[in-house]
Amino acid sequence: MPQDDTSHTGSVTPSKAPFWYDPKVRAVLFQIGVLSMVGLLGYYLITNTLANLERQDIATGFGFLEKQSSFEIGESLISYSAADTYFKALLVGALNTLLVSFIGITLTIILGTFIGIARLSTNWLLSKMAGIYIEVFQDIPILLQLFFWYAFFYVSLPQPKQALELFKGVFLCNRGLIFGIPAANPAYKYIAVAFLVGCLVVYLMRRWARKHQDETGRIFPVFKVAVGILIGLPMMTWWAAVAPTAMNMPVLRGFNFQGGLTVSPEFTAVLLGLVLYTAAFVAEVVRAGIQSVSKGQTEAAASIGLRPGQILNLVILPQALRVIIPPLTSQMLNLTKNSSLAVAIGYPEFVSVAGTTINQTGQAIEGVALIMTIYLIFSLSTSAFMNWYNKKIKLVER
Amino acid sequence: MKRLKFSAVAAIVAIFLCAGLATAGTLADVKAKGFISVGVNEGLFGFSKPDEKGVWKGLDVDTARAISVAVFGSPDKIKFVPLTAKTRFTALQSGEIDVLTRNATQTLTRESSLGLNFAHVNYYDGQGFLVPKKLGVKSAKELDGATVCVLPGTTTELNAADFFRANKMTMKPVVIESTPELAKAFFAGRCDSLTSDASQLAGTRAVAPNPDDYVILPEIISREPLAPAVRHGDDQWYDIVNFATMAMIEAEYLGVSSKNVDEMLKSGDPQIQRFLGVNPGNGEALGLDEKWAYNIVKMVGNYGEVFERNVGVNTPLKLERGLNALWTKGGIMYTPPFK
Repeated sequence: MPQDDTSHTGSVTPSKAPFWYDPKVRAVLFQIGVLSMVGLLGYYLITNTLANLERQDIATGFGFLEKQSSFEIGESLISYSAADTYFKALLVGALNTLLVSFIGITLTIILGTFIGIARLSTNWLLSKMAGIYIEVFQDIPILLQLFFWYAFFYVSLPQPKQALELFKGVFLCNRGLIFGIPAANPAYKYIAVAFLVGCLVVYLMRRWARKHQDETGRIFPVFKVAVGILIGLPMMTWWAAVAPTAMNMPVLRGFNFQGGLTVSPEFTAVLLGLVLYTAAFVAEVVRAGIQSVSKGQTEAAASIGLRPGQILNLVILPQALRVIIPPLTSQMLNLTKNSSLAVAIGYPEFVSVAGTTINQTGQAIEGVALIMTIYLIFSLSTSAFMNWYNKKIKLVER
Repeated sequence: MKRLKFSAVAAIVAIFLCAGLATAGTLADVKAKGFISVGVNEGLFGFSKPDEKGVWKGLDVDTARAISVAVFGSPDKIKFVPLTAKTRFTALQSGEIDVLTRNATQTLTRESSLGLNFAHVNYYDGQGFLVPKKLGVKSAKELDGATVCVLPGTTTELNAADFFRANKMTMKPVVIESTPELAKAFFAGRCDSLTSDASQLAGTRAVAPNPDDYVILPEIISREPLAPAVRHGDDQWYDIVNFATMAMIEAEYLGVSSKNVDEMLKSGDPQIQRFLGVNPGNGEALGLDEKWAYNIVKMVGNYGEVFERNVGVNTPLKLERGLNALWTKGGIMYTPPFK
């Protein structure tokens, strides 16, 4: 009679072992243990901080956001004065950070791509120059670069009274680049709407052109038509709105220029410093991406009759971008966070305004928490967008 | 292995729990450390600036030395921590420094919601505007639309905004955190005017490339009582800082200076006897050595000597005593009796 009878379908139960011998149970218990330890630590930190703040009579809470700020801010995208609340001041700072980050990221990608491709060029001089640029700008600390550009501007440019007039209505002085902009007119809203409508039309046309190519094999000149639409629609709207041409020109009155748009030396120094520094890193990322695509791909594509522009668009870039986009995302986040260094040269971005708020209200913890939250929001949005884009242009392999 | 991990975790938790135990007062901490951490300005000529040999000099530095002498009997038991205007209060609140002598203005908000206590004023100041003479401006009311260089996070920033609003003028601020960088930007012409406490303007102008090309406008637009600051919650330390600061003023009032303090020990005046510790009692009440005031006058000087040495008419700042003279000499320096 066999011992292990296969008709016994139930498991063989030896003497009952303690429940913690089961690895799964142990795993769950450890998780609970660690989680409660982390929870206890967090609870302890928060109550300890609150007790200490209370003991020293330091104010807590976010009520300060509704108080009057009483300080002016040098440049802002929205109208702001010292009579507005701390909340509005912080909003101005956040918008300034967004402005410099957004323009900075765009310019960095363009410049970085150009330098990365130049580094790979067969022209010896071009590739050497690009190499020197990359080495120099990667290795100098960014704060020094910011100080350099800022000092360069205020030392080399003249006072407003002796401002250089580059063109009619465009002045350059140590207060910034001041130029005339079209005077406010309701027609410009419609022109902006027309531009957005044009973008939508171009997008739909591209989809249609792809379908058309799949069906008939004929290629529609999408690019030329797109340019025409994006310029033509707003122009037509402008002409239809009786062609307003009034300009808001800058005039030297008293100490400074009044009117027009001023691009301050602080903004320019921050933008220039950040773009030149980050572009050096982006150039290396782009070079890595392009070198990751084997030469055989280019040769094969050429052998089936694709033009160089088409080879780049249809064969090289989809493969190179897979390698380029994740490190590029990191560089974009670096640029956003490095913009906080602008506090050293007087550009009123978020960290600078939040620092002043902390000093005036004494609430360092709430202030720093706000700084962390804003940068977290910016960084997470950027990463989310780049990850979505990465997925979209990914090669779908069989 | 499991036991090791468990005990390691238990130890860490225990350490965290112990860290929350109550700390002793600042005086005991300072005596245990052997020195006082003092927050000072990174480089303001006349108030706190290291000289070519790296020795800190200035009015605020001498006030800090008086506190060090009161506690330790020596003016050198100090660790100077240079701070910007933005970080100075957070450093004091968090305990990084024990006392702040950094030309900080006493205000209601700082006394209450920042949780600080200000000792006796060591310099009565006011805010002014420094402009280049070639602008041809004779009064601060002519500065409509000007670009003004100012330090962020200061009462200066708020006062300037208030002044311009009250006079229906507009200004464009340029805020740079570091005092020397701000001065550089102003002297390079980035701003039309530099605004700060009048004593700071005098100090900044003194080290300018061409001091005579700049003028301080006559309007003094605010009150700036500059005083040392300590944290809430430590009354004994506050008393020590307060009376060490006031001791220098009291010494000048009593006619005691670093030159005659040894003869004054033999004086028959009961006020001087109590002050110098010949008649003991003051030191014990404060928790200090009985010769604390004698040491301060001998090693640092009385207020008049400290003033003249750092910011007086014989220094590049050329400041008159003005409001900072004794109340018997036309100023408002007045101390309570030391008994």
